[in-house]
Amino acid sequence: MKEEFNIISNLIGENTRVLDVGCGNGDLMKFLQENKTKDIRGLEISKEKVQNCLSKGLTVIEGNAESDLKQFPKSSFDYVILSQTLQAFLNPELVINELLKVGKKVIVTIPNFGYWRVRLQLLFKGTMPVTENLPHEWYNTPNLHMCTIKDFYNFCSTKNIKIYKSIALKKSRISEINKSNLNYKNLDSHLGIFLIES
Amino acid sequence: MFFFSQFNQLIIMNKNIDTKKIIISNPLKLDCGKEINNFPIAYETYGELNSEKSNAILVFHALTGDQYVSGKNPITNKDGWWSYVVGENKPIDTNKFFVICANVIGGCMGSYGPSTINESTSEQIGTDFPIITINDMVNAQYELIKYLEIEKLFAVVGGSMGGMQVLQFVANFPDIAKLAIPIACTSSHSAQNIAFNELGRQAIMADSKWENGFYSNYKLNPDKGLAVARMAAHITYLSEKGLQEKFGRKLQDRDSLRYGFEADFQIESYLRYQGSVFVDRFDANSYLYITRAMDYFDLSKQYKGNLSDAFKKTKTKFFVISFTSDWLYPTSENREIVIALNSIGADVGFVEIESDKGHDSFLLDVPSFLKTLGDYINSTYKIINERRI
Repeated sequence: MKEEFNIISNLIGENTRVLDVGCGNGDLMKFLQENKTKDIRGLEISKEKVQNCLSKGLTVIEGNAESDLKQFPKSSFDYVILSQTLQAFLNPELVINELLKVGKKVIVTIPNFGYWRVRLQLLFKGTMPVTENLPHEWYNTPNLHMCTIKDFYNFCSTKNIKIYKSIALKKSRISEINKSNLNYKNLDSHLGIFLIES
Repeated sequence: MFFFSQFNQLIIMNKNIDTKKIIISNPLKLDCGKEINNFPIAYETYGELNSEKSNAILVFHALTGDQYVSGKNPITNKDGWWSYVVGENKPIDTNKFFVICANVIGGCMGSYGPSTINESTSEQIGTDFPIITINDMVNAQYELIKYLEIEKLFAVVGGSMGGMQVLQFVANFPDIAKLAIPIACTSSHSAQNIAFNELGRQAIMADSKWENGFYSNYKLNPDKGLAVARMAAHITYLSEKGLQEKFGRKLQDRDSLRYGFEADFQIESYLRYQGSVFVDRFDANSYLYITRAMDYFDLSKQYKGNLSDAFKKTKTKFFVISFTSDWLYPTSENREIVIALNSIGADVGFVEIESDKGHDSFLLDVPSFLKTLGDYINSTYKIINERRI
């Protein structure tokens, strides 16, 4: 978690306006508030988590990214962050489009379904993968649209979404993703972090 | 024809209540076009104002509330109407905050209202009292803040009609409050809410003792009408589930139906009781005037149909709260306020609290509401003070 927060924080400019979509209990918001910018908002669907955020004095709205991002004006945030949530939406493409409207830049992090540990579980055990990063069973997972680093990379190029920076994370090892190492990073990383713009 | 200059020097004999009261000498131009001056505002305060004057919270009361937010209400001898929220070690902790609450104009707890005595006739003003609005109410209360020499409020907070006053206050005075918390309210009174208010008013006016609003001249009180108004309104403050769980079809002090029109059911007895205790503490004309003020409330209309424009000039932080079972001021209407604020990039938080207690949730012991509200106010107070240092 900490590595992901650090990478996201390094992608964000000082004193910019940030929206954290699916902000959970507000850990990333708190981290960015202490390190980068005071001007940060959150959107979260779980009442309980929204209440936890508000209790910490964080500015969070209860709502659903699929329907409630519309209320923010175009380009009203310098950065919109979607941390490990994209796979849980009914319509991830719609959400990415909404994020790109609301934010000048968007940071998306993706639990990589192409990571070799995940692949091996399906290959050898023949069961849906359960890992540290993907702790749910197939019957109770909130994740509807799992994807790989390569999938998201290809998605961006198909949809003409500009990738500013793409970073692969394995444990605490950070590396850049590019066209030539894409297959390898897709196999050897548990998390992909993308800074994109429409 | 009644001229308002006639009661410029009115005397206050409101039920001999020993309330804190100031006389506002500045003329106040009302939305109805009339002007009032030298009128009383009754208020109460809790806690101490700190030396920087940075810990003041203005609380706005709802339709039948008053200035007695916390502690014992000296009139009813019951707990103040927001005792769960305001008091020592409560979510709005009076060990820390200086809490101010004024009786709205139009009210009957010492502020200028239809039961105020007109000196020239020695009778209550009755329905010669001018029609007032939410806008008029907050403008009057602003005079109190000036009198108390408070330049900045840490927060303005209120539920229901109190929430409407929060919105209007920030729109009228955009740089006074650092934080605004409208709870279970709306920016524009709905047809359903106008309908329920009209039902209440008609019940009062249909009482033969109402005498066109001059009942006090005849030593009368339209208490039957007022009780019915309260009973009807009380149902709207609860939820179907809450009513069913609390009362169901339980019988009142009897084992079987009596085949008559007595209060066989507990719910009937409960409503009759609510009606009967209400008439002892509330003035029927005040009920007419204040419900009218709520019906006239349409903040977006005041800003030519664009609610966002009401908040364009403010840097105030907002926290909007609604309740799942509130069908009188439903989440959708509270959300409209959030949407209007977001569309201009205002700093707004929002949560819908899970509760079966209906609209009344904001007045009751709803732990997740009390915790979230208290934690939010305290964290925000800390954050704002740290920034200043």
